[in-house]
Amino acid sequence: MSAVTNIPLLSSAAGVQSPEARLALAEALLGANDLQSFARQALDWLGYHAGVEQTLVAVADPASPNLLLIAERGIPSPVLADFTIRRDDETHPIIRAMDRAEVTFFASTASRETPFAGMGFHAFPLRQDDEAPSLGLLIAVSSSPEVHPDLLWVARQLSRQPGRLMARPGLAESGFGQERMLLYSIINAVTDPILLTDTEGKLIIANTHAEKLFAAPEDASEGWRRAVALNNMLFSAALSTSAVTQTDLARRELLLVDPLEGSDLLFELLSSRAKDERQGTYVVSILRNITDLARAREEIEESYRTLRLAQAEVRDERHRLDLIIDSVADPILVTDPEGDIVLMNEPAERLFNVPVTAAEAAQRNVRANGANLTSFVSNVLTRTGEQRYRGEIQLTDPSSGRALPVEALAGTILSEQGELVWVVTILHDLTEALEKEVLYERVKQASAELERKVQEATAELAQQNELLRRQHIELEQASALKSQFLANISHEFRTPLNAILGYTHMLLHGVTGAITEPQRKSLTRIDSNSRHLLALINDILDITRIEAGRMPLNLTRFRVSDLIDEVMSELEPIIRRSNLAVTTRPRSLPMVKTDRQKVKQIVLNLLSNALKFTPSGSVTLGTSLDTKTEMVGIIVRDTGVGIPEESQSKIFEDFRQLDNSPTRGYGGTGLGLSICRRLAQMLGGSIELTSRLGEGSVFTLRLPVRPRRR
Amino acid sequence: MGDTRNPLVLVVEDYQDAREMYAAYLQFSGYRVAEAANGLEALDKTRELMPDIILMDLALPKMDGWEATRRLKADERTRHIPIVALTGHALAGHAEGARQAGCDAFVTKPCLPDALVTEIERMLSARRTEVTGSRRASRTSGKTKHT
Repeated sequence: MSAVTNIPLLSSAAGVQSPEARLALAEALLGANDLQSFARQALDWLGYHAGVEQTLVAVADPASPNLLLIAERGIPSPVLADFTIRRDDETHPIIRAMDRAEVTFFASTASRETPFAGMGFHAFPLRQDDEAPSLGLLIAVSSSPEVHPDLLWVARQLSRQPGRLMARPGLAESGFGQERMLLYSIINAVTDPILLTDTEGKLIIANTHAEKLFAAPEDASEGWRRAVALNNMLFSAALSTSAVTQTDLARRELLLVDPLEGSDLLFELLSSRAKDERQGTYVVSILRNITDLARAREEIEESYRTLRLAQAEVRDERHRLDLIIDSVADPILVTDPEGDIVLMNEPAERLFNVPVTAAEAAQRNVRANGANLTSFVSNVLTRTGEQRYRGEIQLTDPSSGRALPVEALAGTILSEQGELVWVVTILHDLTEALEKEVLYERVKQASAELERKVQEATAELAQQNELLRRQHIELEQASALKSQFLANISHEFRTPLNAILGYTHMLLHGVTGAITEPQRKSLTRIDSNSRHLLALINDILDITRIEAGRMPLNLTRFRVSDLIDEVMSELEPIIRRSNLAVTTRPRSLPMVKTDRQKVKQIVLNLLSNALKFTPSGSVTLGTSLDTKTEMVGIIVRDTGVGIPEESQSKIFEDFRQLDNSPTRGYGGTGLGLSICRRLAQMLGGSIELTSRLGEGSVFTLRLPVRPRRR
Repeated sequence: MGDTRNPLVLVVEDYQDAREMYAAYLQFSGYRVAEAANGLEALDKTRELMPDIILMDLALPKMDGWEATRRLKADERTRHIPIVALTGHALAGHAEGARQAGCDAFVTKPCLPDALVTEIERMLSARRTEVTGSRRASRTSGKTKHT
């Protein structure tokens, strides 16, 4: 099935090459020695100058039953492999196209029975004139039926030459021509540059990709040529190194220059030595462009390094973060919105994570803690719009089982899109706070208790005071009653005593007649004992009155010297009997205002005591005046028995005489000094004593010149 | 009551032993003596006998010495008779009470008979000089004082 049509020429003259280019080709064709190089130059020219890239030339060699492929450019290898067409197969569309006079266009739909199945192409028969038989074909792949004028011109050029060239030896003998073509096309189809060189690196065969690197067209620029020269040099150097000497496959990298771009290209050079019996040893080299690969590798390495750095940084960051949050004593947890723990510090681990080998109770506690935390976090999630959430969680210390109340402070972390990503929770142990609170409460209680006790004690004290006060009153009343009783009893004593004294007196005075001397002696004893009894009663009465506060003061102004004279005269009989030198040495004193009767009673008492307790020597009655304190002193000094120091304070006590035996050597009631001291105190004064045993005593009555308000 | 007779002393004392002792000693000392055992009796005897001086114990049954003294001093007829109070009660107030009741002097018991006689003589002689009468005590006795 043929699709023969009238082939229109490409009407536009734009693609038509200048006469100079055609001339150059024509010259080249004329110089060509064999058909193959002739055809290849023509096809190359078409490729370079006319932009017709996929072309082939096949000839009908009488020596071969098949059409012989002598040159191709850009034809896919499967097409070349299928290109086996018998010369005598006159039904074959390509053979039929070869026998026609004009060019034939096969549309892509019509090419099914040709090797070009699925492609459109033109087939130009090659014949010297219309009468001569066709020598071969020029096929150019094309999707359009229009014919490039250059293509038509090249076809004509080719048609003129075959007769001349085919007559030469070489073509015929090349029984392998077809296969060489195939090999060429295969090699050319390989995108990697492939070279066949001798051991010095001198080029024997190169595919088109290799030619781009190692061969420069004649019209190439200076830079291009230099780049090609450099590449050849680099390649030779690479081959001359050790690997080439071996037959094994050698693999190394080779840096070349892209002649067109001027950029560096990195190739992997695979070279191996091969031996050919005719041509000797040669080297097959395949260059694989690994520039992009190397770049990619570099980029990968770079990004890997960056990644590693970033990872390291992240790791450092993470490590720092871990250190920081681990250094916080409070448990910190980061949870996702589901409540699952994403991150936690060491204190938190103790609460929410135990080894599986831990005791069952600890595991249970940890699960309970986790549940409590989850419930807290879910609470946080419901609080949308709040950045922070505070709450309390009741946790349990896993190991000890101790209740652990904690305050939880949660913050939410949002993504850039505002979605909640994490919840950060910090737990703060409230145990101490609670304990402090409890302690504080206890202290408060204790304080209250103390206060209550103090109040109780105070109340009790007040009660006791009240009781004491009442007792005091009762005692005073009792004392007053006692005084009253003593006053009454002494009165009652005195009534009969009065009668005894009176009758004794009358008997002694002979009122009832004369009495005998023994009777007088007895009556005298009765009289003296009765008087002693009376003195006792009077003294008791005095003390009672003083103690009851019922001894009235009768204040008068008088001279102390007068009072002394009076006392001296009253005691004159006793003084006379005593055989003592009794003298008075009164100084001139101011008048005193006090109770004269009581002062006299005191002085009488002191002087009679002095007379009583002084067996021999002297008794002196003197006075003194202290102007500063306004006190007068009445001093009774004797040379008597004296009073030992330890007894000096005792003699002022009630019923106290130094000789306390029933048969006392000295008379007196033993109440004298006691009464004297009480009286002196009543008058705002005092009685002082200085004495030494065996040397005598000095009693000094001190009295204020005038009464003082007390 | 003739002027030539010895003065009459009314001894008012409820304690019989003491009353008779004083009476005996006063008679021994030359006085005439009348006795009364209580205040009412003292009033009767005074109005009946008009004594020269009254020796009045203050603590008496029926009517005490203070009341009796007040009444005698309130009576025109008996006002002039000196009353010497005898007080055994040494507690404060008794002596003052006696003066306020109208006693002219007071003697604290126990009082020996001669001390009493001394006081009576003093009172009577003072009264004599006042009245310019010729009444006098017939005798004085030796006196002793207790200390």
